Amino acid sequence: MPYGPHTTEDRARMLEVLGLETIAPLFADIPTSVRANGLDLPGPEPELELAARLERLAARNRVDLANFLGAGVYRHFLPPAVDQMISRGEFYTAYTPYQPEISQGTLQTIYEFQSLLAELTGLDVVSASHYDGAAATAEAALMAIRATRRERVLASRAIHRHYLETTRTYFSPAGLVLEELPTLEDGRTDLAALERALGVGPPVAAVLAGQPNAFGILEPMGEIGRLAHAAGALFVAVIEPVSLAVLAPPGEYGADIAAGEGQPLGIAPQYGGPYLGILAATDALVRQIPGRLVGKTTDLDGRRAFVMTLRAREQDIRRERAASNICTNQALCALAATVYLATLGPHGLRDVAAGGAARARDLEHALAEAGAPRIHGGAYLNEFAVAVPDAERVHAALVDRGVLAGLPLARWYPDDARLRDGLLVCATEVTTADEIARFADALRVEVGTTATMAEAVR
Amino acid sequence: MEVRDDLRYSDDHEWLRLEDDVGVVGVTAYAADQLGDIVFIELPGVGSPLAAGQAFGVVESVKAVSDLLAPVAGEVIEVNGALVERPELVNADPYGQGWMVKLRLQGGESGEVLMDAEAYRQLTRAG
Amino acid sequence: MSAPRIEMQTGPDLGPRTAVGPMLQPTLMELSRPGRGGGKIPHPPPGALDAIPAEHRRAMPAALPELNEPEVIRHFVNLSHLNYSIDSGFYPLGSCTMKFNPKINEWVARLFGFAKLHPLAPDAAAQGSLEMLWELERLLIEISGMVAVTLQPAAGAHGELTGILMVRAYHESRGDEERREVIVPDSSHGTNPATASMAGFTTITVPSDARGGVELDALRGALSPRTAAVMLTNPSTLGLFEDRIVELLDAVHAAGALAYMDGANLNAVLGKFRPGAAGFDVMHFNVHKTFSTPHGGGGPGAGPVGVGEKLAPFLPSPRVLREADGRFRLEAPGERPTSIGRVRAYQGSTGVLLRAYAYICSHGGSGLVEVSEDAVLAANYLKSELAGAYEIPFDRPCKHEFVATARGLKEASGVRTLDVAKRLIDKGFHPPTIYFPLIVEECLLIEPTETESIETLDAFAEAMTAIAREALEDPEVVKGAPHTAPVRRLDEAKAARQPDLRWRAMTGAETPCPQ
Repeated sequence: MPYGPHTTEDRARMLEVLGLETIAPLFADIPTSVRANGLDLPGPEPELELAARLERLAARNRVDLANFLGAGVYRHFLPPAVDQMISRGEFYTAYTPYQPEISQGTLQTIYEFQSLLAELTGLDVVSASHYDGAAATAEAALMAIRATRRERVLASRAIHRHYLETTRTYFSPAGLVLEELPTLEDGRTDLAALERALGVGPPVAAVLAGQPNAFGILEPMGEIGRLAHAAGALFVAVIEPVSLAVLAPPGEYGADIAAGEGQPLGIAPQYGGPYLGILAATDALVRQIPGRLVGKTTDLDGRRAFVMTLRAREQDIRRERAASNICTNQALCALAATVYLATLGPHGLRDVAAGGAARARDLEHALAEAGAPRIHGGAYLNEFAVAVPDAERVHAALVDRGVLAGLPLARWYPDDARLRDGLLVCATEVTTADEIARFADALRVEVGTTATMAEAVR
Repeated sequence: MEVRDDLRYSDDHEWLRLEDDVGVVGVTAYAADQLGDIVFIELPGVGSPLAAGQAFGVVESVKAVSDLLAPVAGEVIEVNGALVERPELVNADPYGQGWMVKLRLQGGESGEVLMDAEAYRQLTRAG
Repeated sequence: MSAPRIEMQTGPDLGPRTAVGPMLQPTLMELSRPGRGGGKIPHPPPGALDAIPAEHRRAMPAALPELNEPEVIRHFVNLSHLNYSIDSGFYPLGSCTMKFNPKINEWVARLFGFAKLHPLAPDAAAQGSLEMLWELERLLIEISGMVAVTLQPAAGAHGELTGILMVRAYHESRGDEERREVIVPDSSHGTNPATASMAGFTTITVPSDARGGVELDALRGALSPRTAAVMLTNPSTLGLFEDRIVELLDAVHAAGALAYMDGANLNAVLGKFRPGAAGFDVMHFNVHKTFSTPHGGGGPGAGPVGVGEKLAPFLPSPRVLREADGRFRLEAPGERPTSIGRVRAYQGSTGVLLRAYAYICSHGGSGLVEVSEDAVLAANYLKSELAGAYEIPFDRPCKHEFVATARGLKEASGVRTLDVAKRLIDKGFHPPTIYFPLIVEECLLIEPTETESIETLDAFAEAMTAIAREALEDPEVVKGAPHTAPVRRLDEAKAARQPDLRWRAMTGAETPCPQ
């Protein structure tokens, strides 16, 4: 065993103290009929060989592509300070701070995380983190259901597909209803349809909309919130945190809950996680919010200190009556976000958001010239959908040309004729003019090929 | 722990004080002590009908959570709103300012089935 | 752009900011000075936001703190010194398996090819990660004796929910709609009943017997045509193997219910007990417990779920598939209509799973068996070392952890388990889990793990014994502990009665955003 400290003598001494000759009696309580005799796995792989093999495996992933794929996970510049800080053993090898006297480091950083996210979202209560944007969205919907004692939720179809699918999975056992609202030609949620849905059927617990939405389009959040509130429903904003440096915060446009994916705040894409589920709410909902919360208090000598609080909401105390079964969260990812925000500051974060917006305009123009115009007319920040004939084929062909051309929207909206030939593309502050040119040039070739083929067939 | 002679007690550690056809309900000093620092109390809306033994609220301390069970049947006619802001009143004055709800007792309900002070003293000594 | 003005807070006197030894720190918000920081990101061209209608724009900038990088680093480094961690000392937190976190795991997860891969990258661009995930599934299948594994769940409790949703889907697929109860022992983790509730089931709790096992007759009595599943932790949360596991599983299956194994304590039985082979239908793994992925101060974890034949059709989507030509791909949306659907975005916390993969490979089959043997040996050794000073309620060999109680100590001295735990801090150790499981009074759940040396185990036993002595001789010292930590005991009631969950002084920025 590579990390075990025991010498043969150590083991012998421990067995001797126990009055045993071998380890076997310590496993004698496992009935022989179900006792296993070892594992049929390869032998130990020394670190040297393991490292070399995993380097080769990592090299098989294509991370060299000019990447225009976002769809909930965005590449950003990661200040090296972030990784240096989360690599400190004092942070990453600590457990949940159940003993506050020797966990003030973790506890204060979580309090700082809650404070920074409260500033960004304009909402006062921020949970210490959830698994990811999808789980946070599902928990937000369940929270609204508990708070309103209603069982029907309306969600714009232009919310990240995975978030809606996850919410549906969470809803299924309790028979809760999730209805999707259509979008208009310009990519925004159809307010008339929302108004109609609110007017008929069982009372609505919550209305969910994304800002920016899953097409990258900016929604009329104030209007959606007003309609929701007029029907006695809560308003849940599904947000992207970097955008909040420049976009109106949920607290300002009347959202009761904000949920979203914190990955853009200093966390690497890692092919799926670990990420950072953000869940924030107004003060009025403090007792409904699931997950850990850290609060400020004092010690016996009156010194300021931090502690996990409102714990009686959680599973280890409330058991079957807990609001959620969440236990482990994403504390280290929340620390990464805290270091990221502290390192960039308000100006740096604004530069990230505005830089992405500027690059996205360049991308829009370049793609339009290459024959891929935008699909929706609504305003966007840094992500948008373009129409490309034969999108799936072009997308695959562009990978061979070194370009990851976003997300083919047919995968998320297979029944939508307008989106069948859509590619959802994004730019961020790290996108270069050269990458944009590569994309446009490759697209020109591929789309041109398609046209030529079509002519040939005709 | 103080047990008052003029009250009746449930085996779930709620007390009941009868004032004509109104019953005032709280939790005992013993219960408050066992729970520790009480930090939150959830009480029912006025007008809620309660059966005897039905949960009417929740009391949370730093490390425990417990249902509050109606010692007798009745309709909630008043709740102690002060506890929302100051749940610590339950620890400080469980039989006074820490009262929780007032119930209009259903016909015939007299709390006779509940323990008297002596029986409750026995229970808490044993526990 | 001019920033909001942030007044320096004259907070409590925290002492010097740097010193040898841990010092409390001001918050980031108190350290902020307008005009500090910057230079990381190029300024975008003017007018970058012109296309964004004013109604969508932020009127006031977010009042984030302004610091320069040296201040940021010092802040977090000094905060880190306030933490106890495995890298700094012994962490015998029962049920949590706080073993050493090998450093190569961290290195592997940061390899560019793994770290920079987008979760929606086409399969052709993700062959390295897909192969790793597929292989990890195979490794966990062999370890658990299950027939299939999903790596998607983000944590143990998330795995529980995934598993129980599959149980529900299984019964419903058979038209067995009456099964709406989940049975758990009274020693179970709180996540078990909380999971059952989230999945729409009612929880039935059955008692433990005097030997610390599930009371078989009580279980038989609770089983009925309404039982959907029984959730067992084996070894139990008392650190004891359910030696009547065969009868328990037979009873569960005879009632038409499924058996769920909470894999929190798998570290005790690697290569000794394969739950799937023994008859469990579904289990979750806690990779941060068994396979050394770091806990990160609360997370992230990962909670893969293994299933037998009955539940395999219901696994969440997408699964990782290997094609006949040896290439790997993710299942397409809707490809397997029996699936319970998605439980999260994308395909799993691959960065955490990579660490578990590296751990399993570096140990190999023989190394994993040694892990369990050494973990069990260390726990039994430590138990015997403590048996004089503390009561050991269950007198039989334990697995990787054991329960002790300070019940006698409390009667003799008024010193409670909480006090013992806090006093351990003064002696340089992280306290064990306390007051869990709920069924043992004044309980300490102690898990030494296999990566602690005999010298460390001896030193811990000595400290525990010394505290038991102190409790009798000078109980106030123990009740007032810790005395040497960065802070003393905290006012938790105040924190809960008047929740202060965010820094308030930063709100109300004065300067509007430049348009």
